[in-house]
Amino acid sequence: MWRDPENSPASAGSETASPSRRAFLKTAAVASGGLVIAFFLPASMRKALAEGAPAAKPPVSPNAFIRIAPDDGVTVLIKHSEMGQGVWTSIPMVVAEELGCDWSKVHVEHAPAAPEYAHTAFGIQMTGGSTSTWESFDQLRTAGAMAREMLVAAAAKKLGAKPADCRVENGTIVAGTKKVRFGEVAVAAAALPAPKDVKLKDAKGWTIIGKPTKRLDSFAKTTGQAEFGLDVKRPGMAVALVARPPSFGAKLKTFDATKAKAVAGVIDVVEIPNGIAVLGRHFWAAKQGRDALVAEWDESASANVTTSVLRESYKKLAATRGAVAKTAGDVDAAFQGATNAIEADYEVPFLAHAAMEPLNCTVEVGKDGCDIWTGTQFQTNDQAVAAKILGLKPGQVRIHTTFLGGGFGRRANPQSDFVAEAVQVAKASKRTVKVVWTREDDMHGGYYRPMWLSRFRSALGEDGKPKAWAHTIVGQSIIAGTPFEAAMVKDGIDGTSVEGAADSPYLASIPAHRVDLHSPKSPVTVLWWRSVGHSHTAFAVESFLDELAHAAKQDPLEYRRALLPKDSRERRALDLAAEKFGWGTPLPKGHGAGIAVHQSFGSYVAQIAEVSVEDGKPRVHRVVCAIDCGPVVNPLTVEAQMQSGIVFGLSAALHGEITLKDGQVEQGNFHQYTPLRLSEMPRIDVHIVPSTDKMGGCGEPGTPPIAPAVGNALFAATGKRLRSLPFKLA
Amino acid sequence: MKLVVNGQPHEVDAPADMPLLWVLRDLVGLTGTKFGCGMAQCGACTVHLDGAPIRSCVTPAVAAEGKSITTIEGLSKDGTHPVQLAWREADVVQCGYCQSGQIMAAAALLKSNPKPSDADIDTALSGNLCRCGTYQRIRLAVHRAAELTKEAGHVA
Repeated sequence: MWRDPENSPASAGSETASPSRRAFLKTAAVASGGLVIAFFLPASMRKALAEGAPAAKPPVSPNAFIRIAPDDGVTVLIKHSEMGQGVWTSIPMVVAEELGCDWSKVHVEHAPAAPEYAHTAFGIQMTGGSTSTWESFDQLRTAGAMAREMLVAAAAKKLGAKPADCRVENGTIVAGTKKVRFGEVAVAAAALPAPKDVKLKDAKGWTIIGKPTKRLDSFAKTTGQAEFGLDVKRPGMAVALVARPPSFGAKLKTFDATKAKAVAGVIDVVEIPNGIAVLGRHFWAAKQGRDALVAEWDESASANVTTSVLRESYKKLAATRGAVAKTAGDVDAAFQGATNAIEADYEVPFLAHAAMEPLNCTVEVGKDGCDIWTGTQFQTNDQAVAAKILGLKPGQVRIHTTFLGGGFGRRANPQSDFVAEAVQVAKASKRTVKVVWTREDDMHGGYYRPMWLSRFRSALGEDGKPKAWAHTIVGQSIIAGTPFEAAMVKDGIDGTSVEGAADSPYLASIPAHRVDLHSPKSPVTVLWWRSVGHSHTAFAVESFLDELAHAAKQDPLEYRRALLPKDSRERRALDLAAEKFGWGTPLPKGHGAGIAVHQSFGSYVAQIAEVSVEDGKPRVHRVVCAIDCGPVVNPLTVEAQMQSGIVFGLSAALHGEITLKDGQVEQGNFHQYTPLRLSEMPRIDVHIVPSTDKMGGCGEPGTPPIAPAVGNALFAATGKRLRSLPFKLA
Repeated sequence: MKLVVNGQPHEVDAPADMPLLWVLRDLVGLTGTKFGCGMAQCGACTVHLDGAPIRSCVTPAVAAEGKSITTIEGLSKDGTHPVQLAWREADVVQCGYCQSGQIMAAAALLKSNPKPSDADIDTALSGNLCRCGTYQRIRLAVHRAAELTKEAGHVA
């Protein structure tokens, strides 16, 4: 989510909040690979101890991330949340590379929430910003190597050999003709001191990292056994639905629970800070109860919170100068006398994340603290928020991360809204409760990708290249008003609003340029949505640049290449995509090809789309994608994430739109807000640029280039330039 | 209300209008079948009723009385239905939330059409949304499941 690890956010009052604490963690992570021996006993480990078959021999936890059982089973505790992006497999691969275990014996668990599992760059425990692999790459390789050395030391003693004469093969330590399995020395290894310095394998010696590896969560997810938040069941648990304000800005006036309470199966109705919770014996009772609830809301503050009104106000703002995010040269002078200035407005709407699993959270408050089960991307933030509501210490709130039925940023909320609300319901009702959101609740629930307007003005030089570039961006700040504001908003610029625009690689070749920003406020809540600011800046910049290429009567690929540094990673991605697509070869009649390249989250992605118009609508036939993300841990993950990001972006480009009328959201379910369906799925070919450059992310970078690639292709096919999303030809 | 789920009889205390989805999840305790939309728009809740795919979120449980209900948990004893095998071979899943529904829809398709074309697959599975975008591998896996079914002489 965050563009720059340097902009590390302070945590929301969690135990890791103080700078010194964060500094310590960062130092510890660098110095020791995050090894924190015997710092605590993870809840999952307590469970294993209680349930494990060989009860007399507890599993070994050489450090926070690995435990080895006497039966040779290796459990990797992942601090990241598995939400489809594949950390359940790629993170254990990193550990296993150094550990040398038998891959078929690897089990995975989500780690509990604890400061020791903090993100090495951001200081809180979270999953986002396409950072998981690179932020933990050294930390987890080191952890694996430490565990391996401890096992070797214990094995050497048992075998009567020197550690230096031992080698590790697939979960076995071999010394000459003698060998011993990991499980046989796991207990002894645990009693040894952790090595201070370990040597990591050279990349040339990797046997797991870089190898296409199938997912470890496939069996559970193809048999219905995988547990998502919505599947959690606790003894005596009630299911609750919450009646929330029907519009942004609305406040509860009065309510009458008589009819709701009369519904069979309804247990209780309680008021909470943001609405009224109806608790039932099961979902259906709670749903019927909520439908029967009579509530009156004051919606006076919601008037005119309407898409068309907001849009007009954005247009007015764009006519004025905003806070300058990036500038060079004398832009106004460069435009003076320019006869060929090109101007265009690009617009994108609010978007819901609409993960397949609607939001939900289960809370059980006990004597010694509180247990929370949910699919979250923001463990220690949720923990701190829950602790504050209940008057507990963060350590007394135990977060049990389930599988996430999609995240896309919605489950990483600085306000921890869905967790805070469930805690409020548990507190008010004094019951164990699972709060379930219906699809409509989820879609109406706010925290959208903001609506954005980009206004461009450019003038071309005699060579056709832009000599002046002015880009004014208008849209709500995601960070303003959150605990991260102090760290992430600088001089009135929320870096996530202009990422991909203020740092566009094209600017360096444009002598006079300026990118400025207006950050209007509205009652509509906004949040990061897969690829954050890049989700609008890539569309705007790459589409407008395409306009300039056509205005200069130049090939869109060559135009981009000429503006980018020769050895740039953008060019490498562009060239590979162009080669694999066959850029310039004739297409079937009525088809057009469009290209876009964009760097986000440290990865460089070029995409070429082939489209036509069918029944008056855009039809995407084929997408060729090339990515340079640096060293690759699991090529299958990279390929899947590129496909995934493209489908996510296509859903938005072709269909996605959340609109408002007087504060009320006009879409409620998938018939009004439709993700891409199978019948619309183009063929996608993914190619990875061989690269030893800095490792980037994969979860998000596939999304930004697809909308401009499709828009540019539609222009090539129809001659019509579409400047707002979703694309509408009619 | 008496229901037969995956061959097992269950007696549940449910109101007449309660959708089968919630009876399965909240009363029978089988949570492999997922809630996505509540209005037959996403297919996450797909189960088989006497072998045919239905959206359990809009099917009142009473309509399933006296019929055979199969959920993802009952598709095979040990996860080795050809569709499940093909899904793992093609590494289809991502977040996994929609996959029970995808697999149940695919299994029903192969039963009625043992050798579906891409167009047949698109038609049969377009009601099953996947927000992660696993569609390309779903198409591959359905074809593979058709092959596996044929090879094994398996009755899907």
